Amino acid sequence: MHATDLFTIGNLLYAGAAGLLLIGLYGLVAKRNVLRALLALGLLDAGGNLLMVAVGYRPGADAPIAVGGMFPAGMVDPIPQALILTAIVIGVGVLALGLALAVRVYETWGTLDLQVMAERIAAGDRRSRQDNIPVPAAGSAVSETEEQSA
Amino acid sequence: MKTKRELHLGGLIFIVGLGVLLAALLNQLGFGGAPMEVGQGMNALGGATTGAGNIVTSVVLSYRGLDTLGELTILFTAATGAGMLLARSREAELADAAAPGAIVRIAADLLFPFLLLLGFYIIIHGHVSPGGGFQGGAILAAAYFVPLLTGAGRGLDERSASLIEGLAGAAFIAIGLLALAMHHGFLAPIGPRGTLGHLFSAGSLPLLSSAIGLKVGAELAGVLAHMGQLEEKP
Repeated sequence: MHATDLFTIGNLLYAGAAGLLLIGLYGLVAKRNVLRALLALGLLDAGGNLLMVAVGYRPGADAPIAVGGMFPAGMVDPIPQALILTAIVIGVGVLALGLALAVRVYETWGTLDLQVMAERIAAGDRRSRQDNIPVPAAGSAVSETEEQSA
Repeated sequence: MKTKRELHLGGLIFIVGLGVLLAALLNQLGFGGAPMEVGQGMNALGGATTGAGNIVTSVVLSYRGLDTLGELTILFTAATGAGMLLARSREAELADAAAPGAIVRIAADLLFPFLLLLGFYIIIHGHVSPGGGFQGGAILAAAYFVPLLTGAGRGLDERSASLIEGLAGAAFIAIGLLALAMHHGFLAPIGPRGTLGHLFSAGSLPLLSSAIGLKVGAELAGVLAHMGQLEEKP
């Protein structure tokens, strides 16, 4: 395969979309910080959007919009574009919901690390938000009375 | 419990495998040749059924109007959820925040009307040019977020935001039901089609677009206002 065949606009767009999808998925799998996971979700979102718009491409076609009362002769597929323009705004809404959850989780458990969080949830080890010092006595096993007093 | 190294190694193997799979799929799909008959059919009809010069807007508001209603529901649910989660810090006082300098305050004040104008322009021209309710609504929300971000004002009042949001959502559904009564199709295009490319054309599409724009703008502004108030809590 010749080098110019490899670096076509289509290949670049597909590579970009697939790259965003893969980076986003890797972040979701390997990162344990909640904020990084949310960022990865945003990248995943962008990759999916880019892929769908790129699939709707037609060679030599224009945007499906009339200019001067006339539609262009060749137009790209309007359906992916219609889907994506709503999906972008919904991505913002979902990201806001995730961030709101992250704020409340941090206030309750005092950490954004998923593994530390899992340990604390298993131990019932709630922490106050301001000073990040455990409210019950430090230790892996927290008794019922200590938990209720917290 | 997996160590950090194991987690990264497993993730990498998974991602490389998925990358090979995606590359094979995309290689078979080809670029610019995907068989998508429905979109080509809509393009061939042009503005004949809706009278809109922007076919993407026709798809969003008319052909797949029911899906758009579903998307609005998702956005509404996400915004409501974020609002409920953050509602506890409502009584935060903005007065305690560091006062913005004169340059920031005046710039924010100057920017506000232009952002509103641009947002409404994009919303009401959605059927003749690139734009529409979702895009314009996001700009409206940005207009209300600028004063909040600079600390120059309170931004959008929560009560009026939810009122606008509710009325706009109800208007969208009311127009859809009216079309159902007139043409036996939910969200079917109603009203005079007008001349292609003119502002007053495409029947009910500009109204639907305005409803979506106001709803999206109020929802996003509400969420951003909740997040902005969160910072002020000591």
